[in-house]
Formats: sequence, structure tokens, C-alpha cells
Amino acid sequence: MIIADKKPIEEIIQEVKDYDRLLVLGCNECVTVCEAGGKKEVEVLASALRMHFIKEGKEKKIDERTLERQCDHEYLEEIRDVIDQYDAVLSLACGVGVQFTAEKYHSTPLIPGVNTCFLGANEQRGMWTERCQACGACILARTGGICPISRCAKRVMNGPCGGSSAGKCEINKDLDCAWQLIIDRLRDLGRLDDYEIVAPIKDWSTERSGGPRTVVREDVQV
Amino acid sequence: MKSGSRLERVLKAGHFAFTGEVGPPRGANVEHLREKISHLKGMVDMANITDNQTAMVRMSSWAASLICLQEGLEPNYQMVCRDRNRLAMQADILGAYTHGIRNMLCLSGDHQMFGDHPQSKGVFDLDSMQLIMMVKKMRDEGKFLGGADIDVKPELFIGAAANPFAEPFEWRVHRLAKKVAAGADFVQTQCIYNMPKMREWVRQANEMGLTEKVYILAGVTPMKSIGMAKYMQNKVPGMDVPDDIIKRLQGVDKKKVADEGIKIACEQIEEFKEMKGVAGVHLMAIEWEHKVPEIAERAKVLPRPEV
Repeated sequence: MIIADKKPIEEIIQEVKDYDRLLVLGCNECVTVCEAGGKKEVEVLASALRMHFIKEGKEKKIDERTLERQCDHEYLEEIRDVIDQYDAVLSLACGVGVQFTAEKYHSTPLIPGVNTCFLGANEQRGMWTERCQACGACILARTGGICPISRCAKRVMNGPCGGSSAGKCEINKDLDCAWQLIIDRLRDLGRLDDYEIVAPIKDWSTERSGGPRTVVREDVQV
Repeated sequence: MKSGSRLERVLKAGHFAFTGEVGPPRGANVEHLREKISHLKGMVDMANITDNQTAMVRMSSWAASLICLQEGLEPNYQMVCRDRNRLAMQADILGAYTHGIRNMLCLSGDHQMFGDHPQSKGVFDLDSMQLIMMVKKMRDEGKFLGGADIDVKPELFIGAAANPFAEPFEWRVHRLAKKVAAGADFVQTQCIYNMPKMREWVRQANEMGLTEKVYILAGVTPMKSIGMAKYMQNKVPGMDVPDDIIKRLQGVDKKKVADEGIKIACEQIEEFKEMKGVAGVHLMAIEWEHKVPEIAERAKVLPRPEV
């Protein structure tokens, strides 16, 4: 899923302070699971903003709403009849949701309430870690199911580099060396011969380097 | 001959190679660079010119390599994958070759977070293994990575780095094998202090037949002080400094520590001269270039052969 993290409240206040009618808009998908922008976080943030502005003697209308998804036309339509009641929308969706909402409601200012971080997994309660960089050409079949692009600090395709120490990465002792994990797993799978193959030079054109990407599936188009 | 570089000729003739290293200045102080180079001239077969080492901005490696050439010392042009994509790499390789550079060392590069611009974007378009493959393709096939023909191909002697001490240890020699398969002509190792581990690594390389395919130059860095030894032991990624080394330095008079460091280095060099599978020594006298003549003298590697 997409992992996001809350923006500092000071930054949010700075961005919304000039709007009198604000809709705090959550998303029920990834940001709910990573506890950054779901219904619960919308409530907490809206309350904090109300308290802040009341303290400053400012009267503001701050409403709450959480959509099933902000990256989907269908669900975004649900706020069409109320959008004119607001001067701005503070979206707690990922960058995709914020932009999709902005595209849909062209004349309403959109402010992001979270920083969108990476594609990751729920490692443990309150801790999420990166697993994928969406390079568009998956090589996991050759690397023991562990991705060196997202998990090696240097994206080394033929690792480990000289900085691997006691299974940890040179940049951070709390970070596993992806290539130690790959070698360990290949060993367990009885596929260490795979390690002997020099990984070919990667075609990054399927990654962001190829420009903004589009997936077209004619078989599912209507 | 693949490149005709002095290093290649020395190794091919069966001499024990002795190479050095020069870090370009943190500025345009060419006089300081020329002075550093002057200490190495005639003492080593060639000198590595580092490329933004430890991710700190310095005079570019190719520019400092040209100064080195002007001074009559053969450079080994280092290139890291951190700072360039494949377009810039191939362009710089052609430019460097055009100006007379004949050796090149292909490296990943220290991560940018260690340097003075931790905010920078690391490129890592290729990794060091793939950089070796690319240079080989340019040299042997006369082709760019994209497939187009190169008009006058760069005939370079291709170097790679190896760290026998990083983990997992049992796989280090297999990574060396991959670098050989990718096209490395010579390999320079990380600074060696743990001799038993180095002996084991070389033994494995011999057993796998790798030392018949690639020239291994053992990395030696004399310890200048106990502080340096402790720093290398604790702070430098992938470095293996046994306690014995520190104890030995602590065991001599304070004024004699640097001398003891050189003594240890010379003992290592003597052993490498006799070690099957080791073709030479790469001396990294970090910010100690003026000591290179003394070390070369005491290590009995002078005069350097005429080839």
C-alpha cells in the first residue's frame, strides 16, 4: 500500500489560516491503514484546528468527511453537492488522492495534510517499511523475492556492496542489507546458483525516468 | 595488450606492481595537487585519482587525472556510480581516453549521506559490476550501451574494487568472480589489516581459478596514529581492523607510532610479494603522500621497472 505520514500541524495551520470554511477530507484506503489520513485522523486534525483557531479568536467552519477513495471518480462525486460550501479542502489522502480531488474540483484550493512516503508494508504496529519503487519491470523472481531497488540504499543490482556489515547497511545499523537478505533467502531456497549470474543493466524507462506513466488495458476498458 | 597502460605492461611482464593514490583537492588548488603527485612520481607504477571520495565534492577525477598525466605519472581514473548516469559516464570515458587516460577503476561510490551534500540525489543508474560491463563493451565491441558504434573506441585497462572483509564473507569471493566475469582486468582491494582473512580470501580466489584471470593488487594503508586505527576500526564501513594492530601501535613509544604503522605496512607488502595470486600492492597513504618515497624504499619495491 501507499504509506503516508502526517504533516506537522504548524505547516498545516500556515496553509489553511486564510480560509474560513474548510473541509478536512479523509480517505478510507491506504492512509487509513497506515493511520495518517483515515476517519480517525480527520477527527483528530479537525479538532486540533478548531481549538487552535478558537484560541486565536477566529471563527471558522471546519467540517469532516471521509471518502471510500479519493483516487476514484465515483467516490469523489459524493462531495459535488457540498463542495461550494467550502473555501478550501484539506485532503489527508496520498498525493494521488489530493491531485485527483483537485482535478475534479477545479476552482477549490486543495491542501495536502500528509506527506506521501513510499510503497510499503505494515512491519509492526506503528512502523511501516518500504518494499517497492514501482520500477515497472519486476525482477523479484531473480532476487529471491527481495527487491534490491527499493531495499538497497545504492540500488545495487549485483550486491552486496563493500559497506555491508553484520547483515546491516552502511548507511544505518538498523537497516538490513538487502543483499544479505537475498543471499540468505537464495541459500534457503537452494538457488544460490542464481547469485552467480551478473544482473543485466536495467532499463529504467519503465520507471519514472521514462516520464509520467500510463497503463492502458483495452481488455477492461468500456 | 588491451590498453597498453604502464600498469598493464608491468603486470603482463610479471613484475610485482606497486600503485598509489592521490585525492584531488577541495578546490582549484592545482599547485597542492602537483605537489602531492610529485611525491609519487617514480615511486609507483600509477596512481588512483579518487572520484568525490567519501561523497565530498572535490576537483573532478578526470581533470585531476590530466594534471597527473602532465606531471608524468600514470593515472588510474576512478569513476563512481553515485554521481553520473550512463550518458555522462560514457561521455567522460571517451573524454578521458582522448586525453591519454588508459586505466580506469569502476566503483559504486560511498553513499551520498556520508558526504557534504547529503541532500543530493544518488544516481546509481548502473552498479559497479554493470559499469565494468559497459566499459568492456565500449572497448571490446566498440559499441555504446545503447548499441550504436563508437568512432574510435576507448582502450582502457579496466579495474574493479573488492572488499574481502565485508559480509557475508563466504560470498565475497563469488562477488569477485562476478566482477571478473563482467570484465575486470585488475582488482584493487579494500585496505587490509586482517591478514588471516585476506589469506583465506586469496586462497579461495586461487581455488576458483580467478587469479589466473585477473590481477589482484592488495590494498595497504599505513596507520599514522592510534586515533586513525580506532577510527578505521569503528567508523569506516566495511573495514576490518583487528585489535592486535591497535595493541601493537599502543605498545610503542608515542613518537614511534607512525613508524610502527609503516613497519606493519612493509611486513604486509613483504608477505604479499610472496603470496600466490597477488600481483601487486596498492598503497593508499591517505594525506600522507610525502611519505610514499620512504615507504617504497622500506618496502623494497624500488626502483620501479622500466617497461
